[in-house]
Amino acid sequence: MRFNHKRPLMALVMLIAALALALGISACGGGSSSSSTESTEAETTTPEETTEETGEEGEESTGKATAITADPENEKISLTIGSKNFPEQEILGEIYTQALQAAGYNAKSDLSLGSETVALKTLKAGKISGYPEYASTALTAFFGLEPEEVPSGATPAWEKANAEFQKEGLEAFKPTPFASANAVGLLKSTAEKYHLKTVSDLEGVSEKLSLYGSPECEERIDCLAGLEKYYGLKFKEFKPVDIELRYSVLEKGQADLSILFTTDPELASKNEEFVILEDDKHVFPAGNVIFVTSQKVAEEAGPDYQSTIENVQLGLTLEVMQELDARVELEKESPAEAAAAYLEAAGYVE
Amino acid sequence: MSALSLHPVLADFGGAIEFIFHKQVSNVTGGHKVGGFHQVLELALKQVEVSVVALLVAMIVAIPIGLYFGHKGTGELLAIGLGNASRAVPELAVIALLAAVVGVGFTTLTVALALLGVPPILTNTFTGINQVDRPTVDAARGIGMTEFEILRKVEIPMAVPSIMSGVRTSSINIIATATIAPLAGVLTLGNFILNENVYGANGVLAGAIVVAVLALIFEFALAGLQRRLTSKGLRLQAQ
Repeated sequence: MRFNHKRPLMALVMLIAALALALGISACGGGSSSSSTESTEAETTTPEETTEETGEEGEESTGKATAITADPENEKISLTIGSKNFPEQEILGEIYTQALQAAGYNAKSDLSLGSETVALKTLKAGKISGYPEYASTALTAFFGLEPEEVPSGATPAWEKANAEFQKEGLEAFKPTPFASANAVGLLKSTAEKYHLKTVSDLEGVSEKLSLYGSPECEERIDCLAGLEKYYGLKFKEFKPVDIELRYSVLEKGQADLSILFTTDPELASKNEEFVILEDDKHVFPAGNVIFVTSQKVAEEAGPDYQSTIENVQLGLTLEVMQELDARVELEKESPAEAAAAYLEAAGYVE
Repeated sequence: MSALSLHPVLADFGGAIEFIFHKQVSNVTGGHKVGGFHQVLELALKQVEVSVVALLVAMIVAIPIGLYFGHKGTGELLAIGLGNASRAVPELAVIALLAAVVGVGFTTLTVALALLGVPPILTNTFTGINQVDRPTVDAARGIGMTEFEILRKVEIPMAVPSIMSGVRTSSINIIATATIAPLAGVLTLGNFILNENVYGANGVLAGAIVVAVLALIFEFALAGLQRRLTSKGLRLQAQ
């Protein structure tokens, strides 16, 4: 053998070291990429501040949060609360579940059901008792309304959706104070450069700009399809990306525009960095959350079911929801922890 | 029981096949229809394109390394260990990492998929070369062949079935995993699978069916290539 035995051994050691390093890096990458923000100084409000905030907002909107009392009669009733598969929905699912538990129900959660289609199917099959849905999504995705036909107020939208749900043996409880909608987001510097305030301002500029959104955005009327159809905009390119990357593509300078959600915590904590454009033609209907359940379950569970759910969501203003989203998306609390903190801070449970 | 439960399954398949050939109404697109042969073909071609490029990159990286260490008979720990260890790296983590460093798009995706394709090819190339009968190699050396000639004329021909089986495994892994491409800036058939909201259950199943068909096509094509690459003598021996 004329091979030098020392050098391959050296190479081997080096390669193993390189591999270990690569594994280490990728492990870190998996963790940090999803947070999409390195300097997470979101400085979310302390529980005391939340109490103040919810108290104020509660008075402004529909009434003050009242503590939930347990009725031993409810113990016999089992409820399963579902949610779709993203943080805000999971937090809502947990809030409803824990509130119902506080009211004495034998309630458990079944989160991350997937899309609204799956959630509705699961509800109709009786596998869940109910789940939170955005009124706008219900009207467009389930009942075939065009975005401009969605009523702009929370109550009219709920009434319309509820009327449709009733026809199918379902029922929607009153809407939450907060509403969530898609929004065209961008860096403040880009907005200043092109003098952009509304989506209509993109006219004549959009050809120079790239738009990033979740893969489904391309075909959705409350996303790219609507921007093209109602605003007549053409973009330089549309790139589909994982929804979790919606802020990092802007930060990295890959995307000029990115589809964001109005409840995103980043819009509150980093409002010097990111801005959203006003949807002046109402292509992105704002959806307040309505709790959808089956009439049969609502009847069996008694009046505490509806009153608990409508009571516990009174404190859910946009600011509170953004903070709860921040706790889960930026600070990596579990939805259950965030929900418990909300219930306690808002005075629903001791 | 079986007849009752079989029926909806068949209906689902019917819907999926329908989706492949005819556009369908979607609830969320504002009247614009989705699916149909044109869209399926477009996304399928993208999936093939990204898979082929990634497989070629994986082969270019893995085969020479496998040949080198296989011929020397050292580095078994490395070749097998590297192969097994890198299988533990989740593909989405690789994409997320690359997306953070170089951004999303075709290149990111190709690199991520190629990384996925390297281990089986590397391991099988190493094993294939390393397991060539030692007396045969000594005989080749004895008749005056250089190390390179031994590799090219003796070891590689004997190792072709093993190398190709690694390539086939990789190709299936890559083409199946290319369905997550829409999360990294490239629209492939995964678009149908990831977006049930838009394409419905029919779209999800249609996407899965077409990916499965593509995987079979790759498998048969590579099996054919393997037959052609295997030397006549070995083929006769196998019979």
